[in-house]
Amino acid sequence: MHELAIASSLVESVQSAARQAGAGRVTQVFLRLGALSGVSKEALLFSYDVATHGTLLEGSRLIIEDVPLAIYCESCRVEVRLPGIQSLRCPRCGQLSPHIRQGKELEIVGIEIEVEDAMKEAI
Amino acid sequence: MTTRYLEIRQGVLSKNDRLAAELRERFARAGLLVANLVSSPGAGKTALLERLLAELRAAGWRVAALVGDLQTDNDARRLARSGAPVRQITTDGMCHLEADLVTDKLADWDLGALDFLFIENVGNLVCPTWYDLGEDIRVVLLSVTEGEDKPLKYPVMFNSSDVAVITKLDLAAACECDLAMLRENIRSVQPGARIFETSARTGAGLAELTAFLVQQRLAKQNGR
Repeated sequence: MHELAIASSLVESVQSAARQAGAGRVTQVFLRLGALSGVSKEALLFSYDVATHGTLLEGSRLIIEDVPLAIYCESCRVEVRLPGIQSLRCPRCGQLSPHIRQGKELEIVGIEIEVEDAMKEAI
Repeated sequence: MTTRYLEIRQGVLSKNDRLAAELRERFARAGLLVANLVSSPGAGKTALLERLLAELRAAGWRVAALVGDLQTDNDARRLARSGAPVRQITTDGMCHLEADLVTDKLADWDLGALDFLFIENVGNLVCPTWYDLGEDIRVVLLSVTEGEDKPLKYPVMFNSSDVAVITKLDLAAACECDLAMLRENIRSVQPGARIFETSARTGAGLAELTAFLVQQRLAKQNGR
């Protein structure tokens, strides 16, 4: 279950950003997860609860946006979404494309944090 | 208490990415080419490296290797027979190498005295995918004994690789491996991959692979 390692890195990155912003608690984490990221959404959600235990993220919600795989097809000159990840072939013309436009994301978009009001004034 | 949104926009593995970027800079300053070798266990990473180290050394290049394994230093001892400097990273159960392990292992190495560094990752086609080690090229190996559909089963790893090396070519007939289909499956998930067909036993394909590595090394030195 490699998602536990990924979840631990996620917690580490978020916690350090949250501390810098003076957060007392993290309530939501927004993540973009590409179809070709290799990470299982279900396993990541499960690991998240374990990894956040005893951290600023404990009890927070992980909100995952699924990003489908899309390539740019040179012959059709369009960006096309692919139905699976086993073939980078344009579904319109059948040509292979090395130009991946999206679908490899494993990215923290942002977080929702709680900040003490006194702390906020100080910022 | 106020709730607010904080934009982050960074990779989940930002710490590893940062260390990998530092390594990449260090490698660039030293002018050496670094290849990260990944494959399933038993695909023949060590056997291929034994040949590559020997051939590159014979051609006058200064080569070295870092070898990752869960346990034992058997591979490092095998590779050291080539005469090249070799260090073992024993991960003690961890299924992949991370940039900090490479950084620690290279701390006291004079990289300026090298032309090529090969990093043999832990045998695993899943987890090494996410961990950038600062390499210039990622080389995925697969042997003819593993089945033609391996690239389709592990598309993420194959897609993240620049070069695919088919190994154990001498066994292809015995395994009834359909090489054309294997190549087609590699291209299907990584259309940009350079594909080499090799046998560490017979030496087939090694000259082509070595020539490619030398060309990459020179291109890097000349700023591409």
